[in-house]
Amino acid sequence: MDYNLMRKFADSWGLLAMALFFIGCIAFALRPGSRRQADEAARIPLKDD
Amino acid sequence: MKFGTQIVALGLFAFVALVAAGFGVDEPFRQHMWVLLIVLLGFLGILLRNTSFAATAPIHPSAYMDGPIRYGAIATMFWGVVGMLVGVVIALQLAYPDLNIEPWFNFGRLRPLHTSGVVFAFGGNALLCTSLYVVQRTCRARLFGGDLAWFVFWGYQLFIVMAATGYLLGITESREYAEPEWYVDLWLTIVWVAYLILFLGTILKRKEPHIYVANWFYLSFIVTIAMLHLINNLSMPVSFLGSKSYSAFSGVQDALTQWWYGHNAVGFFLTAGFLGMMYYFVPKQANRPVYSYRLSIVHFWALIFLYIWAGPHHLHYTALPDWAQTLGMAFSIMLWMPSWGGMINGLMTLSGAWDKLRTDPIIRMMVMAIAFYGMSTFEGPMMSIKAVNSLSHYTDWTIGHVHSGALGWVGMISFGAIYFMVPKLWNRERLYSLRLVTWHFWLATLGIVVYAAAMWVSGIMQGLMWREYDEQGFLVYSFAETVAAVHPYYVMRAIGGAMYLSGTLIMAWNIAMTILGYQREQDPMPGSVPALRRARSGARKWA
Repeated sequence: MDYNLMRKFADSWGLLAMALFFIGCIAFALRPGSRRQADEAARIPLKDD
Repeated sequence: MKFGTQIVALGLFAFVALVAAGFGVDEPFRQHMWVLLIVLLGFLGILLRNTSFAATAPIHPSAYMDGPIRYGAIATMFWGVVGMLVGVVIALQLAYPDLNIEPWFNFGRLRPLHTSGVVFAFGGNALLCTSLYVVQRTCRARLFGGDLAWFVFWGYQLFIVMAATGYLLGITESREYAEPEWYVDLWLTIVWVAYLILFLGTILKRKEPHIYVANWFYLSFIVTIAMLHLINNLSMPVSFLGSKSYSAFSGVQDALTQWWYGHNAVGFFLTAGFLGMMYYFVPKQANRPVYSYRLSIVHFWALIFLYIWAGPHHLHYTALPDWAQTLGMAFSIMLWMPSWGGMINGLMTLSGAWDKLRTDPIIRMMVMAIAFYGMSTFEGPMMSIKAVNSLSHYTDWTIGHVHSGALGWVGMISFGAIYFMVPKLWNRERLYSLRLVTWHFWLATLGIVVYAAAMWVSGIMQGLMWREYDEQGFLVYSFAETVAAVHPYYVMRAIGGAMYLSGTLIMAWNIAMTILGYQREQDPMPGSVPALRRARSGARKWA
């Protein structure tokens, strides 16, 4: 495994996988119906002392 | 507590230090091992004296473990005062070079003591104790691993002492923000892995089904620092009984590894970790949930995906390939979005409760921290643009930028968190004095303004003087002339730093008095609603 091979992987499949993972995370966070769950999660610190 | 295993382990460790002190191949290494031996023997003595064979009450498995957090809060204050004091000293050394006292207290040795002291000792302890505080309370679970938290706390203090004394003895790897030599790096690796196990173990045994966003930020900070520390410090010691090692990388690869580490120390140590603090302590102090939880998740993922690529902007116009420089610049500019999203999220948490700014100096401190987060994360990407960087690089502008982030964001949010935690940790009704918090707030804020303004002016002036050519193509100013020109600003910088330090000293006094259980008698904060009083009994019969 030399530099060129790693470089090729990094700017093709590696880049694609990371971009898709990132978009997936954002889409999951903003999916329809997540607001109620998020509002509940936001109250976690306020539940005890 | 009997401390049997601990005493044996410490004794063996001390013996290893003694052997290394005897057989060390260079003088600084032998001196450093004597320092280690003395520290370990001191600690051993404390454990021996505190050994007791009385039965200890069983600990309820769901009770929070706050002992290491209390120690951590005190350590944060202690190292904060030390690190900031060294900062004022080196600021004065720059203004008055006669203050360099050879060989131990030269600027070259004190400067890493200041940076490591404030970043890793003050900031690190603040992150350590708040992360353990937050993870227990948002997971509703006791810390994982029994005494592991104590090992992490004391192990980390040993790392700090070894790093600090090593710098003064002249032992350095010369890697910015990672100056400790190989054996201290190995010790930090052990402590850091224990910290990761402690934090992750607590998350895994949580009772709350959802992992609150603050823990995500803290976890990303712990994991990324582990990765950065390991790769940046890959090196080969000249001797296993010596203080010198050489990096596994050379040339521009070494420079890029160094700044990949350096910038992510800013991104994950000084930003992600303290954002974890923000997402817990601001909602707690304001007593309102965070403005948008979904925005906080987007903030998290965007921040960690972008930050890791921004390091090359420290190497503009160097031997680093041009595409890598542009990549660093492009990712830095994209960081504007998560940074400002996070800032808006933090500030808007107060929407509907802005009146608290008038009455609650702790909230005021946190809001100032978030404002500085916004300002320095605006300034940083701007400075990473190549055209701007050609003016700002190597000048005091960079120093000003770092300090608006470190003093404004990191310092202020840590102070706010400590002010919030201490009365709770020691079961005090309130702080010793809220008015002293106001004094601290104004001294710190004005100190930062003086500091940053002086550095902006001196930095831009330096940059312009360095690049000034006459009509024949000669440089107009010699380097010594630019040094003479910045002298007044160096004096102003020392004054700004001293103001910030005096605020921290007031805080240390306030915190110490709170821990000791005193409460200062004082009028309520102006503007606050007077507490409701019971109606006089005479009024009753008319009701």
